[in-house]
Amino acid sequence: MSRYFTDEHEWVDVEGETATVGITDYAQEQLGDIVFVETPEVGAELGQGDDAAVVESVKAASDVYAAVSGTVIEVNEALEDEPALVNNSAEEDGWFFRLTLSDTDELGDLMDEKAYKAFVADL
Amino acid sequence: MSNDRTEALKALPLDSWHRSLGARMVPFAGYEMPVQYEGVMAEHLWTRENAGLFDVSHMGQVQLSGDGVADTLEAIVPGNISALGVGKIRYTLLLAQDGGILDDLMVTNTGRNLYLVVNGATKHDDIAYMRAQLPDHITLDHLEDAALLALQGPKAAAALIKLEISPMQPDWPVPADLYFMEAGPFMWGDIPLGISRSGYTGEDGYEISVPAEHAEKLAEALCALDEVKPIGLGARDSLRLEAGLPLYGHDMDADVLPVEANLNFALSKARREEGNFAGSERVLAQYPTKADKKRIGLFVNGRQPIREGANVVDADGNIIGAVTSGGFSPTLQKPIAMAYVPMAMAETGTEIIVEQRGKPIACTVADMPFVPHNYHRKPKL
Repeated sequence: MSRYFTDEHEWVDVEGETATVGITDYAQEQLGDIVFVETPEVGAELGQGDDAAVVESVKAASDVYAAVSGTVIEVNEALEDEPALVNNSAEEDGWFFRLTLSDTDELGDLMDEKAYKAFVADL
Repeated sequence: MSNDRTEALKALPLDSWHRSLGARMVPFAGYEMPVQYEGVMAEHLWTRENAGLFDVSHMGQVQLSGDGVADTLEAIVPGNISALGVGKIRYTLLLAQDGGILDDLMVTNTGRNLYLVVNGATKHDDIAYMRAQLPDHITLDHLEDAALLALQGPKAAAALIKLEISPMQPDWPVPADLYFMEAGPFMWGDIPLGISRSGYTGEDGYEISVPAEHAEKLAEALCALDEVKPIGLGARDSLRLEAGLPLYGHDMDADVLPVEANLNFALSKARREEGNFAGSERVLAQYPTKADKKRIGLFVNGRQPIREGANVVDADGNIIGAVTSGGFSPTLQKPIAMAYVPMAMAETGTEIIVEQRGKPIACTVADMPFVPHNYHRKPKL
């Protein structure tokens, strides 16, 4: 399994044709207390860069974009009752949705962990 | 935050103090301001149970003085300022000539002058308008060398008493003796303080005007107390929303009249009878319930917050109103909002639909405040 990152602070775990998407620990810390996550519909076809989810903190709503294009096959139902999972476990239990990749070449646009860490260190 | 001007942001007197406490600073009202220290939720709940210290030095502090100053101010505000006793505070509205709301403000009769606290984002426009409208013999002083700290929460009085603040005269009241909407001059050692029992959270508490060069010493002394933590703008916003208090520039503006803004209480009876304030004919024509729309509170069905800018729609999807503030209530653990709806739908319990990002969200008109006020009111005799 490989983990990729975007400059919008999303992570993408890729296993074969399946990608799991969430937001990074850095992102959850910036957003603060998360009170609601609007996940995409299962079956939705997302293009790279499309609005995929919305994460709501006490104060503001933030868009989560599709880091890669594909078809949504599963969403994290646990977030409905426990949105704070994103704060407590952003890069594991707080995942948002899974999709079937439609174009694995898009992964080349993303950062690896080392590049993302350097990117965050510069912010 | 998208309407921030590109001009250089100013620093608050306590700027470096906020940063040393790990505050995240954001642009607001032309200043870099602390939006949060440890997190909005924790800071909000701390204030509801203990006491929070807010730096609101971006707000405008203005003194008006001169013969008959209260009467002259009444030309542009609908509050009964001339009847305001010494040491008493009134919430009122700065009205344009057409009755539109230019700002909301607190006015204190200090006995020597009127002391006004206006919103930070509007203070320069307010001052220009007052200068233009008030007679030449009225002196207007913008107290730019004064910081303003708000200490808010059920333990605010217990905390403040530990600072051994004395009245200007030995037989005058101490801060703990003030009731809600009363103010006085005090000394903390050799530092003069103007203290008001008022605030913007719905809790008991104080607003303290302090010379800017002493603000850090005061903030430090307050935050050294067990009851007190520094609280950012984020929690200030969620606290005032729970308290049902409107935010100027969001829940009302120059296109809104006082009755529409659900601020009938700011139209003093005597002033309604006189009908001699800016825009009074237009304003009073709507009094008490003859406006087309009204600012109301909303409970949201479900857990998804609705935000400023979302539309209120009818069953056919036509836009009939707008959400002006919205967020998640840390106290109630559910989303709440303020919105303008047609007067016929303003009744508590009315079900309405808000459309956000193309999705209809069911809401119910709610009584405000959402969380009961906890003011230290003077007992009724």
